Amino acid sequence: MTDLAATDPLPKPKRDLAPILLPVALALLMIPLIGSTSSWLTLTAASLAMGMMIFIMASGLTLVFGLMDVLNFGHGAFIAVGAYVATLVLAPFAASIQADLLWMNLAVLAPAALLSMAVSGALGLVVERVLILPVYGQHLKQILMTTGGLIVAEQTLYALWGPQIIPMPLPASLRGSFILGDVAIARYRVLAMLIGLTVFIAIQLVLNRTKLGLLIRAGVENREMVEALGYRIRRLFLGVFMTGSALAGLGGVMWALYREQVHASMSDDLTVLIFIVVIIGGLGSIGGCFIGAILVAMVANYGGFLVPKLALVSNILLMVAILMWRPRGLYAVTSR
Amino acid sequence: MMILSGDPPRSRVLSLLLVVIILALAATPFLFPGAKALNVAAKICVFAALVASYDLLLGYTGSVSFAHTMFYGIGSYAIAIALYGMGPNWAAVATGIVTGLPLAALLALAIGLFSLRVAAIFFAMITLAVASAFQVLASQLSWLTGGEDGRSFQLPELLRPGTVLISKSLFGFEINGRILTFYLVFAISALMILALLRVVNSPFGRVLQAIRENRFRAEALGFRTVFHLTYANCLAALVAASAGILNALWLRYAGPDTSLSFSIMLDILLMVVIGGMGTIYGAIIGATIFILAQNYLQSLMGVAAKAADEAGLPLLPGLLHPDRWLLWLGLLFIASVYFFPTGVVGRLRKAGGGKGAGSSH
Repeated sequence: MTDLAATDPLPKPKRDLAPILLPVALALLMIPLIGSTSSWLTLTAASLAMGMMIFIMASGLTLVFGLMDVLNFGHGAFIAVGAYVATLVLAPFAASIQADLLWMNLAVLAPAALLSMAVSGALGLVVERVLILPVYGQHLKQILMTTGGLIVAEQTLYALWGPQIIPMPLPASLRGSFILGDVAIARYRVLAMLIGLTVFIAIQLVLNRTKLGLLIRAGVENREMVEALGYRIRRLFLGVFMTGSALAGLGGVMWALYREQVHASMSDDLTVLIFIVVIIGGLGSIGGCFIGAILVAMVANYGGFLVPKLALVSNILLMVAILMWRPRGLYAVTSR
Repeated sequence: MMILSGDPPRSRVLSLLLVVIILALAATPFLFPGAKALNVAAKICVFAALVASYDLLLGYTGSVSFAHTMFYGIGSYAIAIALYGMGPNWAAVATGIVTGLPLAALLALAIGLFSLRVAAIFFAMITLAVASAFQVLASQLSWLTGGEDGRSFQLPELLRPGTVLISKSLFGFEINGRILTFYLVFAISALMILALLRVVNSPFGRVLQAIRENRFRAEALGFRTVFHLTYANCLAALVAASAGILNALWLRYAGPDTSLSFSIMLDILLMVVIGGMGTIYGAIIGATIFILAQNYLQSLMGVAAKAADEAGLPLLPGLLHPDRWLLWLGLLFIASVYFFPTGVVGRLRKAGGGKGAGSSH
């Protein structure tokens, strides 16, 4: 144990760069395999956009688990709820959606997304109080309770909106692509990337630059210690849970626009994808979740291009490979 | 009580209930005429065994697996593909069994070794991911599995409905191949449930319960917990695959909707929790309640929805629509996890005060 003089700078935390390099390496590795640079660029842009959307949906789940050791199997329900709520705004204003004016489209899209976030966030409050609060610290019951919640939420959506698929057309100004030489990048993907990056940076800033973030990170590492220092970690957790639910709702709107349709079963497929991302990233790690989301999207896009049959199985292979390398995910945050 | 492995129902009401269910199932071909009643009874038998095998995992080891329908599906598809490819003969049935069962066990071994190596909490998530990948795989390998349409096939001569074994003139009932198939399903399901009862009451089953209560302590006592968990996983997968075989034989069909879909997984979860986790008997009760509700509650709800519709109530017709029956069972599921986590069986045992626990040996 060496003593540090008061004037010495604090030792710098060790930076772990290997996981960050992983998606970059994967992308570069794909250039010769795919052959044409233009399709490679299109695919890379597609994977980044898809990755950002998955990240938005998964970020809440990973924080909730990291902070409170709660595994929410019903997280997918918030995604579906977000998407359905958006139709409430988008359907009556279909005319302004079809107008080829960016500001007019965004003037409808933004309130729709905000309403979705508000509703799924409020639903998060209810779910946390009713379903999760009674079963803190009991993994088995948490899984059962939240799965039950997922069933009820899905069925309620069917009861309210009917079992049919609801179309959700993209706004006119977001259709089509930006053409740069012989590379085509869909406009909506650029928007998705921008929103995703904004959310990622915002989360990172809150976590790393504010007192709230300090408490959250401290809570992830050692909940009892934070409690012992007099902070009400339950309330903190409720805030994180609601934020995570709201982000899932936002992700749901974005995903529904990406697929141009809404259906309650979307939560099932996405739940699987999100779980894979969260496991790959390391439960509780936002950075790992971000990299994991991009990796999963890359594997889905490149894999879908090179070996279409393997699209979903390839995610499992990716997960196995990463867990062989780092058994607790890319960044292991919690000691659990 | 050798046949029950020294683990009787331990409640007079529960015993009565079980006897009634089992007698009713056994006598269905004679008591309730018509194809629907027989179908419901066969489904209850198959699901009772399937849910009991899931109970071995959920109730006795405390690990949540979402891959149970995968094993069920492997059994179904193995027999369906064999009978479809080789024609309706007993060699095909045997081929389906000797390929399906080992395949399910091997896959369970692989999943167990891989996900139990990492961390217990990952198990549920990894099984969910693997199961959904398997589902996609099954629908994409359409040359083998028939894709979304599944595979319909013919049964061997003996088991066909047209085969009359004992004609009507003898007892007043016709015993045909269909009824023989039903009793095959009934008997094998009953045997599997009794075998599971044997497993959970063996020293091995006690170790599983020890792991459920405190894995760290079980490990400290010198039990190789990963070995025990993986073994339990394989056993459960074998029973699930056998249940899948029975299901395919009964339906003469295997497809994604009847044997692989995620909704079946949720159904199993509902049945085991409502019936009572960690009791095995709960599987029989849960499967009976659930499948009866699935088949008869819907028509009841249809009547209620119509009445609500005519009364001009808002929202209620949608909520009471026959297709929304799962909503109500989902609410029942949450309530039962919350208020009586031991399910119907646990409740009945508690109400009986555990009387007669030792007297029946």
